[in-house]
Amino acid sequence: MHQLSEHALARPWTEPAPWRVTATRRESADTVTLELEPPSGEVFEFRPGQFNMLGALGTGEVPISISGDPATGGPVLHTIRDVGMATHALCALEPGDRVGVRGPYGTWWPLEEAEGADVMIIAGGIGLPPVRPAVYHLLARRDRYQRVVLLYGARTPADLLFTDELADWRSRFDLDVQVTVDAAPSGWRGDVGVVPDLIATTRFDPATATAFMVGPEIMMRFTVRALRSVGVPDDRIFLSMERNMQCAVAMCGHCQLGPFLVCRDGPVFCHQPLARWLSLREV
Amino acid sequence: MTLEPLLREHPFLKGLEPEYLTLLAGCAMNVRFREGAFLFREGEAADQCFLIREGKIALEIAAADRGSIIVETLAAGDVAGFSWLLGPHRWQFDGRAVEPVRAIALDGVCLRGKCADDPRLGFELMQRFARLAIQRLQATRLRLLDVYGNARASAL
Repeated sequence: MHQLSEHALARPWTEPAPWRVTATRRESADTVTLELEPPSGEVFEFRPGQFNMLGALGTGEVPISISGDPATGGPVLHTIRDVGMATHALCALEPGDRVGVRGPYGTWWPLEEAEGADVMIIAGGIGLPPVRPAVYHLLARRDRYQRVVLLYGARTPADLLFTDELADWRSRFDLDVQVTVDAAPSGWRGDVGVVPDLIATTRFDPATATAFMVGPEIMMRFTVRALRSVGVPDDRIFLSMERNMQCAVAMCGHCQLGPFLVCRDGPVFCHQPLARWLSLREV
Repeated sequence: MTLEPLLREHPFLKGLEPEYLTLLAGCAMNVRFREGAFLFREGEAADQCFLIREGKIALEIAAADRGSIIVETLAAGDVAGFSWLLGPHRWQFDGRAVEPVRAIALDGVCLRGKCADDPRLGFELMQRFARLAIQRLQATRLRLLDVYGNARASAL
């Protein structure tokens, strides 16, 4: 029988103390936002685009982007779609419940580098929560950017997230918000169509703009093509990737994408070095 | 007043030779629709296409058990209507103005006649409509993939 080494036996238990759920909010039929409070006395800071590993007891961990405002204290927000056992358990949590949290991990949106020019934020489906902290950042420093555009696509109007906040953002004169869905019942006054088709009709300067996008890989692939077709160079297109992250600390290799480990080198990547690996079927 | 300047400004006809714009102006009419008005109804004769200048149009289909479903919206710069092009010249969807719409209506019979008389114009217009049709087809394929659906086992 395998014996644990003395070193392993002597190693202290490093599992972080669980966080507490302070509130939950249903965003759509299958998506919930959890407000989490760190263990007493801990200060939690993150950069827009980073993620935490969350785990309800006994169901394993999943990477979840932080969806709140990085500049405000208080509860840490995560918006989770119920798509599997681990996320189902997280979505079922109630105020007062405990949840395992590790993080923050990963790279972040290069918002400072984008200053002085137009910024395109492009999100599809559950991709809106990972870019929401970036929107907060941009709006808090609005004078540092030129035109700011948010393009958001979802399956149906009922699947749209943060609808109250979207309405607030749409009412601003300094933020161009365009929302489109794949299909809608009669009475819907927004757009029906796909996100990539919004690129050609959106007013922005492709020569200087930086694009940040999150969504299903197929949507991002078509959106990258649309951005390139109007002249946005690869080195100013950034996307957030998800590839089966498990350890989040570059140890397990499950999230390998070519030469990259998504948990360590991402989730936010510049498209330029990533392009050839995204188009390979084998990776 | 001639409609040539309006035709020249529309993205669909961008770069078209002036002599052809003059020909098309002979088939064109300036039209407006109030919010909620139908530009066309499924099954009716498709004798026009619309170059949208302002506003938004919803292409809808009525499903008995689901009510009307919007399958696509078209806005300024878009073209509404392919059904005039090929027989049986019947609209396949309803087209409803979801905002006040200003457009240029092109008469389908007139347009087909001009294209038949001048194959160069016909080829030029067919190329433009084909490009548009391919773009819409690709967007439709993307939606068929249902990329936002539950198949994506990811929460990040």
